Amino acid sequence: MTNGLTRFVLRRFTVAILFVVVVGSAALVLVRLAPGDPTDDLFMRGADAETIAAARHRLGLDQPIGSQLARWVAGLTRLDLGESSRFGLPVAGLVADRMRNTAELAGLALLVAAIVGLPLGVVTGTRPRSVVGRIVTIVSVALVCCPPIIGTLMLLFLAASTGWLSIAPGNFVVPTLALALPLAAMLERLQSQSMAEAFAAPDIVAAAARGVPVRRLIWIHAARQALRPVLGVAGIVVATLFSGSIAVETMTSWPGLGRLMLDALLSRDLFLVAGCALAGSSLVAMGNFLADLLRASVDPRVGQPS
Amino acid sequence: MTRGTTGRWSRRVGAGVLATAAILAIAAPAVAPYAPNEQFDDRAYAPPTRVRIFGPEGFTRPFIHPLVLEDRLAGRYREDRSVMVPIRWFSRGRLVSTGSASVPLMLLGGDAVGRDVFSRLLFGARLSLGVTFLGVIGALGIGAMMGGLAGTMGGRVDGALMVVADFLLAVPGAYLVLVLRGVLEQVLETWQIFGLIAALFAVAGWPHTARGVRAIVASERTREYAEAARAAGAGPWRLARQLLPAARGFLAVEVLLLVPALLVAEATISYLGLGFSSAQASWGTMMQDATANGYVLARAPWLLAPAAGVFVVALATQMMGFNRTPPLPGFIRPPRPS
Repeated sequence: MTNGLTRFVLRRFTVAILFVVVVGSAALVLVRLAPGDPTDDLFMRGADAETIAAARHRLGLDQPIGSQLARWVAGLTRLDLGESSRFGLPVAGLVADRMRNTAELAGLALLVAAIVGLPLGVVTGTRPRSVVGRIVTIVSVALVCCPPIIGTLMLLFLAASTGWLSIAPGNFVVPTLALALPLAAMLERLQSQSMAEAFAAPDIVAAAARGVPVRRLIWIHAARQALRPVLGVAGIVVATLFSGSIAVETMTSWPGLGRLMLDALLSRDLFLVAGCALAGSSLVAMGNFLADLLRASVDPRVGQPS
Repeated sequence: MTRGTTGRWSRRVGAGVLATAAILAIAAPAVAPYAPNEQFDDRAYAPPTRVRIFGPEGFTRPFIHPLVLEDRLAGRYREDRSVMVPIRWFSRGRLVSTGSASVPLMLLGGDAVGRDVFSRLLFGARLSLGVTFLGVIGALGIGAMMGGLAGTMGGRVDGALMVVADFLLAVPGAYLVLVLRGVLEQVLETWQIFGLIAALFAVAGWPHTARGVRAIVASERTREYAEAARAAGAGPWRLARQLLPAARGFLAVEVLLLVPALLVAEATISYLGLGFSSAQASWGTMMQDATANGYVLARAPWLLAPAAGVFVVALATQMMGFNRTPPLPGFIRPPRPS
C-alpha cells in the first residue's frame, strides 16, 4: 500500500525537477536565439571592440548554445546560476529575494482564496436556492469575471478615492486581495459544482442511509469527496495564480519575480532570465507537488494500481 | 421562474451582449464620434459630457452644453448653460457628433491628453477583441488537430503530444506569452503585432483544448463506427475527421473559457509594454494610461472604462455558458425554520 504511494510521490518529484530544468534551459536558449544581445548596451555607450569581446567572452556568448547550456545545467548542481550581465552580480542572489516575495504573495492569496472559497462552495453547492446561496453565487460569478489585472485597477481606484486601503509599495493588502478574490470565486464555483455531484455518489448515499447526521454528511463526507475534482485542476489554479501575479506585482510595485524577469528579458540578460524562469517554475512545481500530496491525502485511490 | 428559463435567458443576454460588443468593435469608425488619437484642447481629464433633452423651453432634441475649463491646475470644469449645441446624427460618416471641434461630445470623458475615452474604447475593442477572436480560432484549430491526432493514433505520438501539452499547461500562460513576445523583434507595425500576439495566444491556448479533444476522441475510437471506418481502410487523418465531430460540444465550451482568458492576456501584455504599442488604443494600453498616476483614478474614474469592457465581455461569456446544476437528491433537506 505505502509502496504505491511512495512511488507516486517519487515520480511526481522527478517530474517536478525535470520541469524546472527544462523551463530554465528553454528560457536560456530562447534568449540566446533572440535578436540582440546583452552587450548591445555597452556598444551604445561607446565601448570599443575589445571591451565588448571581453564582455561577450565573460558571459559565454562566444560559445555555441549547446555547450553554454551544458555548463549552465552543470552549474545548477552547485546552485551557480551564472552572472547577470546588467547588474554584474551572481543571479542566485538576485533571484532569491524576489522569489521569496512572489512566493509570499501567491501563497497568501492561495490561502485566503481556499479559506474563503471552499467553505462557501460547500454552502452554495448544498443549498443553491437559499438566500445566502443565491447571494454568494451572484457575487462569485461577478468576481470570476474580475481577473487580477481588473481587480487591481478597481482596488487602486477604491484606495485612491476613499483612502481605506493603503497603496504604499510593499503593502500586501491590495495585491493579495486582487489575486485572492477571483481565485476564491473560482474555487467556490468548482467546489459548489462538485458538491452536487458528490451528493449523488453511492458512498454518500450509503452514509446518509446509515444515518450519518446531515451536517456531518455535508461538511465531512461530501465536502471531502467534492474536494477531489477541485484538486484535480490544481495545476490550472497554480498557473492562473502566477499568470495573475505578474500583472499585480507590476501594478502595485510588489518586488517579485515578474518585473525582474521582464526587465531582464528586454535587456537580453540571459542568465538572469533563465534564473527567473528557474525560480518561477520551481514555485509552480512546488505548488503542483503540494496539490498532489493533498490529493493523495483525500483520495485513497491515488498512487494505487488501477 | 423555473431553472430552465433562467438558463435560457442567461444565455440569450450573454449572446446579445457579445454580439453587441462585436458589432460596436467592427463598426467603430462609424459609431465612435472621433478618431482614437484625436486630441481636444483643454479637455484633459474632462468629465463625461452630459447629453440633455430638457432645455429652457421644455423637451427638445438632444443637445449638450459646452464645457469651460475653470481651473487648469485642479482640472475643474463647468458647463456653460447659456449655450446649447445640438447633437447631430449621421453627419460626416459618424453616428453621433456635435459638428464642432471646440465642443466635443465625450460620452466617457477625456483622458490625460484630451482624447475621447469612448472613441478609444470602441477602437480599442477592435484590437483587443480582434486579437482575442483570432487567438481563440488558432488555439481551437491547433488544439483540435493535435488532440484529434493524439486520440486517433494513440501510442508514441499520443504520448509525445501529451507530454508537450502538459508541459505548456504547467507554465503560467501570461509568462509564456510574455517571454515568447519578449525574445522576438520588438518594434513592429500594428498589424504585425496583431498577428504575432494572436499566434502566441494560439501557442499558449492549444494544450488545454488538445487535452479535452484527445480524451473524447480516444474514447470515441473504441466505438463501432470507428472500427467500421478502420476496417474500410481509413488512415489516421481520415479516421480523425470521422471522430472529431464528437468533440463539438466540448469545443463550444472551450471558446467560452478562452475568450476571457485571452482578453485578459492582451490587457496584461499590453499593460506591461510588450503588446500593442502605447500609441495604439487597445484595452491594455488604455489601462496602462489609466494607472500612469495613482491618484488620477480617483479624479477620473471613467478611465476604468477598458476594465469595465473586459468585465462585461467576461461576464457575458459566463452567462452564455450558464448550465443548470443537477437537482439535489432528497436527503439533503431544506433547512428547518428555527
